[in-house]
Amino acid sequence: MSLIELPKPDQSVLSRRDEIIKDLRKLVPETPLIADAQGRRTYESDALSAYRGVPLAVLLPGTTEEVSKILRYCHQHRIKVVPRGAGTSLCGGALPLQDSIVLGISRMNRVLEIDPINRIARVEAGITNIGISQAVAFQGFFYAPDPSSQLACTLAGNIATNAGGAHCLKYGVTVNNLQGLRIVLMDGEILDIGGDYLDAQGYDFLSLITGSEGQFGVVTEATVKLIKQPEGARPMLLGFGSADAAGACVAGIIAAGIIPVAIEFMDRPAIHVCETFAHAGYPLDVEALLIVEVDGAEEEIDALLETIAEIAERFRPLVMKISQSEAESAAIWKGRKAAFGAMGQISDYYCMDGVIPLSKLPKALSEISRICKQYHFDVANIFHAGDGNLHPLILYNANDPVELERAELCGAEILKLCVELGGCLTGEHGVGIEKRDLMPLQFSPIDLAQQKRVRAAFDPLSLLNPGKVFPLEEGPPL
Amino acid sequence: MSIRFGFRSPQSPEELSDLVAGSVSAKTPFEVRGRGSKHEVGRAVQAGGVVSTEGLSGISLYEPTELVLSAQSGTPLAEIEQVLADHDQELAFEPVDVGAVLDSGPAQASIGGVFASNISGSRRIRAGAARDHLLGIKAINGLGESFKSGGRVMKNVTGYDLARAFAGSWGTLGIMTEVTMKVLPRAKEVRTLLCYGQTDQSALEAMALSLDTPFEVSGALHLEAALAAGFSDLSLTRGLTPVTAIRIENFSNSVRYRMARLKEKLAAYGPGDELDAARSRLFWQEVRELKPFQNSKRPLWRISTAPSRAAKLIAAIRRSLDIRVMYDWAGGLIWLDTDLTTDAGAVEIRRALSEIGGHATLIRAEPATRASVDVFQPLEPSLLALTGRLKAAFDPAGILNPGRMYPGI
Repeated sequence: MSLIELPKPDQSVLSRRDEIIKDLRKLVPETPLIADAQGRRTYESDALSAYRGVPLAVLLPGTTEEVSKILRYCHQHRIKVVPRGAGTSLCGGALPLQDSIVLGISRMNRVLEIDPINRIARVEAGITNIGISQAVAFQGFFYAPDPSSQLACTLAGNIATNAGGAHCLKYGVTVNNLQGLRIVLMDGEILDIGGDYLDAQGYDFLSLITGSEGQFGVVTEATVKLIKQPEGARPMLLGFGSADAAGACVAGIIAAGIIPVAIEFMDRPAIHVCETFAHAGYPLDVEALLIVEVDGAEEEIDALLETIAEIAERFRPLVMKISQSEAESAAIWKGRKAAFGAMGQISDYYCMDGVIPLSKLPKALSEISRICKQYHFDVANIFHAGDGNLHPLILYNANDPVELERAELCGAEILKLCVELGGCLTGEHGVGIEKRDLMPLQFSPIDLAQQKRVRAAFDPLSLLNPGKVFPLEEGPPL
Repeated sequence: MSIRFGFRSPQSPEELSDLVAGSVSAKTPFEVRGRGSKHEVGRAVQAGGVVSTEGLSGISLYEPTELVLSAQSGTPLAEIEQVLADHDQELAFEPVDVGAVLDSGPAQASIGGVFASNISGSRRIRAGAARDHLLGIKAINGLGESFKSGGRVMKNVTGYDLARAFAGSWGTLGIMTEVTMKVLPRAKEVRTLLCYGQTDQSALEAMALSLDTPFEVSGALHLEAALAAGFSDLSLTRGLTPVTAIRIENFSNSVRYRMARLKEKLAAYGPGDELDAARSRLFWQEVRELKPFQNSKRPLWRISTAPSRAAKLIAAIRRSLDIRVMYDWAGGLIWLDTDLTTDAGAVEIRRALSEIGGHATLIRAEPATRASVDVFQPLEPSLLALTGRLKAAFDPAGILNPGRMYPGI
């Protein structure tokens, strides 16, 4: 059995289901509405598939005005709403509740404007992450955040979780790459924040909304920053006999004033799985592997990689290999980007997302290994080393409820460790339902009360994506 | 309004917390200050006293290889920048020394005030704003409660981002007691390309072209002749002509390569002198200090707009006002001063903005002017309502800097 409790459904809402669906059909006849049992079940979970809830109905609006009408209705009738992009959340951030409707915005996926002079694009928020970069590539631009799920995940979901990715060491996460957005509040009010100029006026609502896990409103449009594609980019592989040496090498690179585009870390189990899957040319006899990528013109890349190689020498690497061709570079990244998929082929896994200060890396890895041994799990570590964002994958059997519960306990202990080491519970996946009950590890009751008061400024009845982010309240909701 | 308590500077967060709680009980709102360098910015605050964070000073954490620094909010910016420089690091967003054009004078800012005002300098186009570098805060809210948000790691989506919401809040949401920020390596080499004699329109084109490259231009500035003359480098002053300045920073081999490519690309705009590292650093330091606007009483505005519309905006304002203009951020940021008029040109500037888009903040003006015009860009009613609700979520009694940004908030 799982440990995470879901809010108890409101029976009066459940009993009004037919009436609600009838009302919504009448209110927004142009909006596709899924009400049949099988259709609704398609939306019963996100990528944290151990948790399920079949919603009252699923609505797939095509315009901001439709979103506004739906939300206003739900506000008036006290119906919970779970916003959904592509449903790739790893923490149950888009998990439906039985007494909620799901508001999916993946149909709103158009590019509205590409503005090369101001280096921005205005898009509907249901566009996929990769869709933005694809749309602007012909003008030599890209959109920087690149979460592993970028083929599927939507910008709306990226905004909800303030998504990062492998390349955010240099280019920042979602909040650093947004200039404006259009959001519909729970009462149906449509607000425009920021726009085609830098630094929106007034309070920084862009920052507040980014990472609010769909609890402040439904973002339907966004203005994103475009970055000029570098002339080139090339990774190198550095293999070490210990995680300590790899961590020290990362610190050495940064101390030399170099901020690579990405510094990715894999431990031995992760290397083996990825190599078997992707044939990336990873060395198999090392304890820790770094993928370090730099960008620029050819000569600039050569010079930077040479400097990095000199720095790395101090930490006695067992393997140093600079990519010599585009094909080699692609293979190196294919291995890393396929890591979660490759791991999924050999075992179910539970993916953690804690963050630690980089100097605590050796301690963190040895403790993670100890904790997983204690719970009798194998673990593979893959993470963004430049910013200390760990992704330990706990390998377990998802069909065994006892193992699921044990994996959750094991994961909770790892995240507790991250907080104790000065880090945090989640670096890019979000809290969702998964880490909801761990929030008191990082925050005091006053910290949490302050966050809830801010939420109430947007959605005083807590109807948007309820049951997530905060531990469930004592007593009935609302 | 009841008791007046004058100027207070608590020596610990606990003392500050007690002071806020006491003010809530006594219903005595107060003005929130860091070290006071920007206290002349904003609407006049109806307050029973001034509370400063200058007693909360000192760097509590600095890990150069983790690119992170924490300091108490009253720590002088100058102290932090010195420590960073000793490690070849810097605050990449290049905070503007607003105090240099106000009565307080240069180099008086606190780090808390830097984030509370979110006024970023020329490198913002490449490195992001102050808020992008704010990782976490400890703060006292308007109930006197001490809370934290964010932390010391680069990536953190645990709970809402209340820390960044404090950026640009001018002390109206709470009083930061500690700020944790991302720091970055200082570039080993810097060069600045100067083009002379461009019109506003052609300078904006040249700057847009320079940013339409992968060379990571970290400054794109255009000065009209009268303002160029206010800098100390002879290359800017001797021609009595408008000057466009484009900065590239990186390792020296990269700067050499990129500068050569940039000159080719800007050939049509007559690339002129190239400032070496020492002259570049001095020049951009003077930009940070708004040097050509110093020692003047002329009202000074800071305007954010889309670079592609900047020339049109300025042409519209020029039709009715006598102004001097410095375009930064490739035209996305405009600093302009106007003749002394009763409203500092607010009506004309805001009218042009309402047609063309963007927002303006009145940075320098006489108290009487600041009392009678909107210092910050007026908000749409729905955004103003949300702004009021957010203020109330932190400061329900309206104790902290009431009215500094907007009436009643």
